[in-house]
Amino acid sequence: MKKKNFLTKDIILQLSVRSIRLHFLRSVLAALGIVIGVVAISSMGMMGANMTMSVTEQLSSMANVLVVRADTGGGGGGFFAGPGGGGGSTSTVRRSSSSTSTKDYLTRDNLDDIIRAVGTSGTVYPLYQDSDKIQVGDNTGRATIYGMRDDDMPKVLTVDKGVLPNTAGSIAVGPSFAERQGLTIGSRVTIGDATQNETVAKYRVVGILKEKGMSMDLNSDNAIIMTEKAYVGLFGGEEEYDQVNVIVSDISTVNETKTAITDKLNRKTNVVTIQDSSRMLESITSTVGTLTTFVMAIAGISLLVAATSIFNVMMMSVTERIREIGILRSIGTQKAEVRKMFLYEAIILGLVGAIIGAIMSLLLGWLVVLIMVGTTKYFFTFQSLVYVPMAMVIGIAICIFSGVYPAWKAADLDPIEALRAD
Amino acid sequence: MQQTAVIELNDVSKIYPLPSGDVLALDHMSICINRGEFVAIMGPSGSGKSTLLNQIGGLDVPTSGVLKITGKNIRKMSDTELTDLRLNAIGYIFQKFNLIPLLTAYENVEYPYILKHRENDTTGRVSRLLADVGIDRKMAKHKPAELSGGQQQRVAIARALVNDPDILLCDEPTGNLDTKTGGQIMDMLKDLHRQGRTIVIVTHDPLIGKQAERIIQIRDGRVAEA
Repeated sequence: MKKKNFLTKDIILQLSVRSIRLHFLRSVLAALGIVIGVVAISSMGMMGANMTMSVTEQLSSMANVLVVRADTGGGGGGFFAGPGGGGGSTSTVRRSSSSTSTKDYLTRDNLDDIIRAVGTSGTVYPLYQDSDKIQVGDNTGRATIYGMRDDDMPKVLTVDKGVLPNTAGSIAVGPSFAERQGLTIGSRVTIGDATQNETVAKYRVVGILKEKGMSMDLNSDNAIIMTEKAYVGLFGGEEEYDQVNVIVSDISTVNETKTAITDKLNRKTNVVTIQDSSRMLESITSTVGTLTTFVMAIAGISLLVAATSIFNVMMMSVTERIREIGILRSIGTQKAEVRKMFLYEAIILGLVGAIIGAIMSLLLGWLVVLIMVGTTKYFFTFQSLVYVPMAMVIGIAICIFSGVYPAWKAADLDPIEALRAD
Repeated sequence: MQQTAVIELNDVSKIYPLPSGDVLALDHMSICINRGEFVAIMGPSGSGKSTLLNQIGGLDVPTSGVLKITGKNIRKMSDTELTDLRLNAIGYIFQKFNLIPLLTAYENVEYPYILKHRENDTTGRVSRLLADVGIDRKMAKHKPAELSGGQQQRVAIARALVNDPDILLCDEPTGNLDTKTGGQIMDMLKDLHRQGRTIVIVTHDPLIGKQAERIIQIRDGRVAEA
């Protein structure tokens, strides 16, 4: 019999569905607001997640570097690291040739300890570092100068043009530095400040390095690299290393290596501090996270607009149907059922909007990620796709929220008054 | 037949508080209507007959006095209980038909049935009632807006009867119909009365009123003549 198909058991739901169908355009517009809101929130969220993941991976590629420096003794531990501590494993203080400040450095013994601690799990190289006045032709300026042992250079540096320096009179320069100073192979650079009674020497550029990008261990792009012999000749302090860098072969063993070095060198007192890139990684991730939240908040405004529109539609639906509500109430429909009828209407609008929004945000989100992040490699990961159900839930919740008051108002109408309405 | 009071008003008053002063719509009214009676409540507009109908129909409650519908005092009822009373004990027939525009004629009749039984009608009661009031199957598939006034009122009568109410309350049932159609509706109501239904009809039309067994005249919120 067809009468079974006329009304399903939940007649109240049927009434909601029919009301939506009757006012199709109005309902579509309301649902559209939710669609836009859901798309905005989820695609922005996905963009943020993808960006974070992409940046994190890029940074992780340089996260295998540990930088070991002498403990400058911040806080109470300071005097332990002072001279006269005895034993080879204590760092000592020397005067920097370019400034009057004292600086801590690592000794040859420290370096050997580090090499022993690292063992086969990575490459260790010591680094001298200072900055000094330079002169190229008539131009003067300051530059960072690194001194490296001859054997370490090929392990760490790659030349773009020329060769790596191997004599006391030759240097290599970073690409940015070379460009800024107009240096080519064969150019002459004078290093040292005569007014400070420093050694002044002329060097010949024999190599221009390949661009390396930002890193923690060695920022060679904007620096002068010279041999250990040349550096010591200029600044003194042989085997007084400013830092020792450890390049760990397997990134998963970074923490173990770090612990090994700490255990070896900081047994009694804090001789060294070890820097890894986890903190930098954290701060960049959290910066991207903050940005994402901000962008999502802007996207959230569109949901607020959607909420207003749904509220408006629901209020119109109530106002238009006052008489119908009066009829329903007068022939025995309970308040709760009238309330349910309008809430259903809001939920249906929210659900339809959220589902369409979810589908569209997969498409649009993919596009946004492709354009903004440049890769969709991380698009189909949990962290990225989780924003779709999240935005759906927010969208539906907002619909229900904006449907509550109209539903309440409809249910509380006086049936006599409502019947009188036209 | 045993005389059981199905509607009992004892010293019932209804006061509408207004900023300009209280309005006494029902003034210590006492009426008794027995099961099976066909009563017309008559009076000029403003006499309080609509107010009386709203009280009897469980849409409103008196300010004072005792109003018993099928033996239960409605002044003591919650909104939920009043709504249940409207669903189960009272069948409403309105001047403006008041069918639910979203539902077809059939569904309009089935609606109170579903509210009461929480399931679709499988007994054929809805179809039978529609047939009794002269609405055929094809017509029953139409929405109220596609039906004539007379057809809508027939559907409304079928709807009022679907839950087998104790009282059939008619508020100017022929007011929006031409004389001929109105006459048909009145014949239908008289038929229902002959079958034993209690019918209360509110009207200002003496021609309608005199078709009832008993006329209660109301003036200024009081029973003028019973």
